[in-house]
Amino acid sequence: MNQQAQVSDRQPGPAARPSGGPTKVFAPWTEADAKPLVEFVDVRKVFGDFTAVNGVSLKIYPREFFALLGPSGCGKTTLLRMLAGFETPTSGKILLDGQDISGIPANRRPINMMFQSYALFPHLSVAANIAFGLKRSALPRQEIAGRTEEMLQLVQMTQFAHRKPHQLSGGQRQRVALARALAKNPKLLLLDEPLGALDAKLREQTQFELMNIQEKLGTTFVIVTHDQEEAMTVSSRIGLMSHGSLAQVATPPQIYENPVSRFVADFIGDVNIIEGKSGGVIARDGEEFVEFHRPGDESVFVARASEPVAPQTDCCLAVRPEKIAVTREKPADAANALTGHVHDIAYVGNLSTYHVRLADGSIVKAQEANRRRIANREITWEDEVWLSWTPGAGVVLAR
Amino acid sequence: MNRFRRTLLIAVPYLWLLLFFLAPFIIVVKISLSDTAIAQPPYVPVFDPALGWAGLKDFLSALDLESYVWLTQDSLYINAFLESLKIALISTSLCLLVAFPLALGIARTSPKRRPVLLMMVILPFWTSFLIRVYAWIGILRSEGFLNQFLQWTGVISEPLAIINTPVAVYVGIVYSYLPFMVLPIYATLEKMDGSLLEAAIDLGCSRTSAFWRITLPLAAPGIIAGCFLVFIPAMGEFVIPDLLGGTGTLMMGKTLWSEFFSNRDWPVASAVAIVLLLFLVVPIVAFQRMLERQQEAAR
Repeated sequence: MNQQAQVSDRQPGPAARPSGGPTKVFAPWTEADAKPLVEFVDVRKVFGDFTAVNGVSLKIYPREFFALLGPSGCGKTTLLRMLAGFETPTSGKILLDGQDISGIPANRRPINMMFQSYALFPHLSVAANIAFGLKRSALPRQEIAGRTEEMLQLVQMTQFAHRKPHQLSGGQRQRVALARALAKNPKLLLLDEPLGALDAKLREQTQFELMNIQEKLGTTFVIVTHDQEEAMTVSSRIGLMSHGSLAQVATPPQIYENPVSRFVADFIGDVNIIEGKSGGVIARDGEEFVEFHRPGDESVFVARASEPVAPQTDCCLAVRPEKIAVTREKPADAANALTGHVHDIAYVGNLSTYHVRLADGSIVKAQEANRRRIANREITWEDEVWLSWTPGAGVVLAR
Repeated sequence: MNRFRRTLLIAVPYLWLLLFFLAPFIIVVKISLSDTAIAQPPYVPVFDPALGWAGLKDFLSALDLESYVWLTQDSLYINAFLESLKIALISTSLCLLVAFPLALGIARTSPKRRPVLLMMVILPFWTSFLIRVYAWIGILRSEGFLNQFLQWTGVISEPLAIINTPVAVYVGIVYSYLPFMVLPIYATLEKMDGSLLEAAIDLGCSRTSAFWRITLPLAAPGIIAGCFLVFIPAMGEFVIPDLLGGTGTLMMGKTLWSEFFSNRDWPVASAVAIVLLLFLVVPIVAFQRMLERQQEAAR
């Protein structure tokens, strides 16, 4: 079973995938002539003495499902609100279809927003909520009714058309809010933590519904979330924010496999961070790898680098727990190997996470799928074990 | 045991209402059906249980609707009623016009400053109502503060005649009942989710139309409650028209007072009280219904 895990991370990441294959992959950000729908140009937003957004430049392409991800207070919501028109940038420009929209008030932008609280009008029925935006436009009455009906069908709320928001469940309210925001057929739909109020099961189901609707309509979606799993599931690309700036913008597999900094590696998923110094660059099987040394450990580790790292730089090695194999004996041909004692085993049914204490006291986590019944497990507490992983499994990070 | 306790708990307020509301009300109804007399008490018949069954029969046969008939014959009462209605309606509207921006302003300030501003709305209640109305005499009379100030600034050369006119009554009622209008409106506006307005603007509303389509409908329960809380007491108001309105303003409350104390015509005074009550019962019941509906909607 160890071999299986090693094979999977041998696959080249999306960045290495040759473009223009037989089936064209949706990746406008890799095409030089693709026109962005939204472009942030060095946007800053300062509230008093707090810089919420600090020089963000970002392009979002038509039909994208773009996720702005980050811890609370990182500026992702401010970025979204500037796009909606509720905040004006302190400096910088926001372009929509190549046009600066800073002078256009929120009510005249072809952008609609789905609010975190859903913000359904409590005195209006479901149908009237959905029709609210349409009635503000110059559309004839019949067209408004038709479009409202269409939206009700899209979110499967036709039979609840005459209910008031307080008579709906959380999931139903979420769907009405989505329908209302989509009714005017905006160029861009903004979703502010749209699933935050739903319970875990419903959230998962709704994520797929959102993706289906986005695919069906082809509207560009920008979603703000603090839930990395949600961002990974729904989005075409993730913009991970930290302290008002973008830490990395990449596709979900890229951001997971090739984080550019400790913050990114740590924020997305679970990771082991091993401190040390970089060594020279070596080539193996036609790929370039970087050597890595741990203080007080003579063995040399080999890993990828998402950005060039000069030799003898203080840096860290980031390895995902599921890419580390746990064995009783030292694997003969392992590129990277560490030894330690099993400190703890976290059993969650389908997976077991081994917390292995190294000689220097630090803990490294390794995750294994429980393919056998727990009674047949070979490794138990305080056993001496070997941890090993392939050169492609780890990333050396200087930042 | 539990059931007994529950019954007891409900019985106490019911007994209280029976004793201190229903019993006096029945006495007033009875007096309104009696005839005036120069006696102690100033009406006949007086029920005497010592006279027995025949006495009760005589007593009941002596009751009539003469006082109510009298109310329709003298235009004084209808005029007083219409005047009360007019003053109550106008001052309720004025109160709403002043209170709504005030409540909106308080609801939109930072949560830190709200308690101070609310305190300032409630603060006048800490002084006696009567003293505050008397203070308005000092402000509004011809040589009062207002006229002195306006003459000093040169806006007017002759003092304005405000005291003893309906204007002074409006000022007094709006001033006295303002908190009853501000507080319920504030309560509804304060609960309002700010993102509703943003959603309305996002969907194409201007700020003004977002106010008319979202803020106002959502504040409606507070506005209705505030209007009832001002209209109902203003309708029967006695102190303010008596002190500020002079002899020119004739309201139901004042008519009631003069029938009781100047004319000593208790039956007619009681009839006025009953009629006023019946006219107010309609809006009070409507108000109760609205509250019930609101509570159901909130569930």
